[in-house]
Amino acid sequence: MSAHANAYVPKSRVAKWFEARLPILGLVHSSFVAFPVPRNLNYFWTFGAILMAFLGIQIVTGVWLAMHYEPSATQAFNSVEHIMRDVNYGWLLRYAHANGASMFFVAVYVHIFRALYYGSYKAPREVLYILGVIIYLLMMATAFLGYTLPWGQMSFWGATVITNILAAIPVVGDTIQSLLWGGYSVGNPTINRFFSLHYLLPWMIVGVVVLHVWALHVTGQNNPTGIPIKSSKDAVPFTPYATIKDVFAVVVFMILFAWFIFYQPNYLGHADNYVPANPAVTPAHIVPEWYFLPFYAILRAVPSKLGGVILMFSAVLILALAPWLDTSRVRSCNYRPIYRQFFWLFLAVTVILGWLGAKPPEGGYVIASQICTFYYFAHFLLVMPIVGLIETPKALPGSILESVTGPGKQVSGSGMPAGAAAAPTTKG
Amino acid sequence: MKLSSLLAASLLALSLGAPLGSSAASAEDAHGGNQPPRLKWSYAGVFGRFDQAQLQRGFQVYKEVCSACHSMKLVDFRNLAEEGGPDFSESQVKALAATYQVKDGPNDAGEMFERPGRPADKFPPPFPNDQAAAAANGGKAPPDFSVLAKARTFERGFPWFITDALPFVGYSEQGVDYIHAVLNGYEEPPKGTEVPDGVHYNKYYPGHLIAMPNPISDGQVTYAKNEAGQPVVPETVDQYTRDVAAFMAWAAEPHMMARKALGLRVILFLILLSGLLYYVKKRVWADVGGEVHGLQPELHKAG
Repeated sequence: MSAHANAYVPKSRVAKWFEARLPILGLVHSSFVAFPVPRNLNYFWTFGAILMAFLGIQIVTGVWLAMHYEPSATQAFNSVEHIMRDVNYGWLLRYAHANGASMFFVAVYVHIFRALYYGSYKAPREVLYILGVIIYLLMMATAFLGYTLPWGQMSFWGATVITNILAAIPVVGDTIQSLLWGGYSVGNPTINRFFSLHYLLPWMIVGVVVLHVWALHVTGQNNPTGIPIKSSKDAVPFTPYATIKDVFAVVVFMILFAWFIFYQPNYLGHADNYVPANPAVTPAHIVPEWYFLPFYAILRAVPSKLGGVILMFSAVLILALAPWLDTSRVRSCNYRPIYRQFFWLFLAVTVILGWLGAKPPEGGYVIASQICTFYYFAHFLLVMPIVGLIETPKALPGSILESVTGPGKQVSGSGMPAGAAAAPTTKG
Repeated sequence: MKLSSLLAASLLALSLGAPLGSSAASAEDAHGGNQPPRLKWSYAGVFGRFDQAQLQRGFQVYKEVCSACHSMKLVDFRNLAEEGGPDFSESQVKALAATYQVKDGPNDAGEMFERPGRPADKFPPPFPNDQAAAAANGGKAPPDFSVLAKARTFERGFPWFITDALPFVGYSEQGVDYIHAVLNGYEEPPKGTEVPDGVHYNKYYPGHLIAMPNPISDGQVTYAKNEAGQPVVPETVDQYTRDVAAFMAWAAEPHMMARKALGLRVILFLILLSGLLYYVKKRVWADVGGEVHGLQPELHKAG
């Protein structure tokens, strides 16, 4: 790794003065300008930037919404409608925030499955990867808390179901539940607490994202071949190459985001959440947001409440063990013909679990959920260790450059660091 | 295995799941309603716009029929004159508001009093509180109209729930279709169906037994005629309920037209910007011999 190949040299006197006192410009330079990026990254590697963009969008729209929102059991629903009706562009802020959460999860799922496919969790990136799992957990908590705030029927009953689930935890469950409720049921103190926590957790996400990026810049990025950067020709500097590609990908993703905001703003939500919360009336089906559905299916697959809770949390936490469960020495699935099949099967099972999570917990759905839940865990506990031992991986290319150009060929121009200074060439 | 085989695997899995799905669908029929027919709405789709005349007629139906029991607490009189809505004139709204008595106070003497409504007031509810509304309506308060069009929907099932999100074939008017269907769904119960006192048989209501009696009949509301003295639209239940459902769609989403108009500009801008960025990116990467194309180039390389 040559993260400091292009050391930052401040040009202006002000920059020199500042850099001598706090070398933050140098930090930014080494992280986002000179940082060597494998030249063969595909578009799955732009989702980190997309996630950064959504973290920013959620925080900005959220701060503005909080200026108009009232966290109280009697006023929350009406204050959200006040935002929708009377606040200038309030409808835009709210729809952007609500759909932004969904898009955040779309992007994080692509990001996670990319890490799983290309073996980005393997040494030396275990800590980087586990920080990612922590961010994912914080995102889930934040999204759940946020969904309760409009105080519609699904908000209220979702909060009731989830806090009841936590009560199943032995010894401390009841205490956790009372602390979250602030009383003997979900009510006014609950919404106050949830609002406070919903404002707190995103800043914890920001903190862990800083660590995540820091860890990334120690180990460097993985790439589709899974082999490390061996020479400067394998890499290009982050700016302009990765920057422009990331910006392009973010803008393309924003088209999808805009489609939902402007033309399908309620598609990803539930109609029931436009009915004000009513503790006396239980909705026919209590269903969480789509991004929780696979875990909801796992929760309901087991007849025991405590067993369901343990399995649901394990389903997330087991992700963090992937670096040690996977026994293969090869990172990328592109060179793992057997495990690659299992990867796609695992993805399909997760999607099916999501579909089952939206169905009522009865008859065949429960049996299907149980089979899929079994496979979900078997993927980590059986497939990952066993396939890694018995599989014969395909031959890895000699270098990243070779995987791009084919063996023995040369490319025009060069990678790090001369590439940064190369004159623009016209395509002919 | 590539994306195509993933899709095949998922489809296979879903088709294996189909027997489960159909059994559940019949279970839903047992306690659910029929699928409401899909109607054409002027405001559906990317270029959709509310039909102002229809919103005005819908408001008339609400005022003369529905508002006897259903509140609309989140809507102000002034909203009726705002852009993108029924587009009543300011003076019409002022006159309309003045026909309502609004509770205000306390005054200097500490007393509550009634005064004529102003455009900035919200629509006064027909009952003083939810308990009074419930007591007068067989134990359950009639739902508020403000966001009802967004609060009602029906299951579309696979694969329609996916296509519903897409451009051109998309569908987001389930709420109004459901409302229209229920209002037209009163019919004689099938033989052998017990209908207890105080509820009514409805083809589209989940469970088929609805507390609300058939609220409207042909000719009940007299619409304004055109200059020749001819009715503009038929005075039928079907037309009334289309009009009131459209009005409810506006009441639930008063900025819908502004939203769709802004969306078009935003999306066109983003498409243009991404096109330009694509070429900038291509130019930048040309310095190092161009970018690798394809998602998994090394899968296609020999050796």
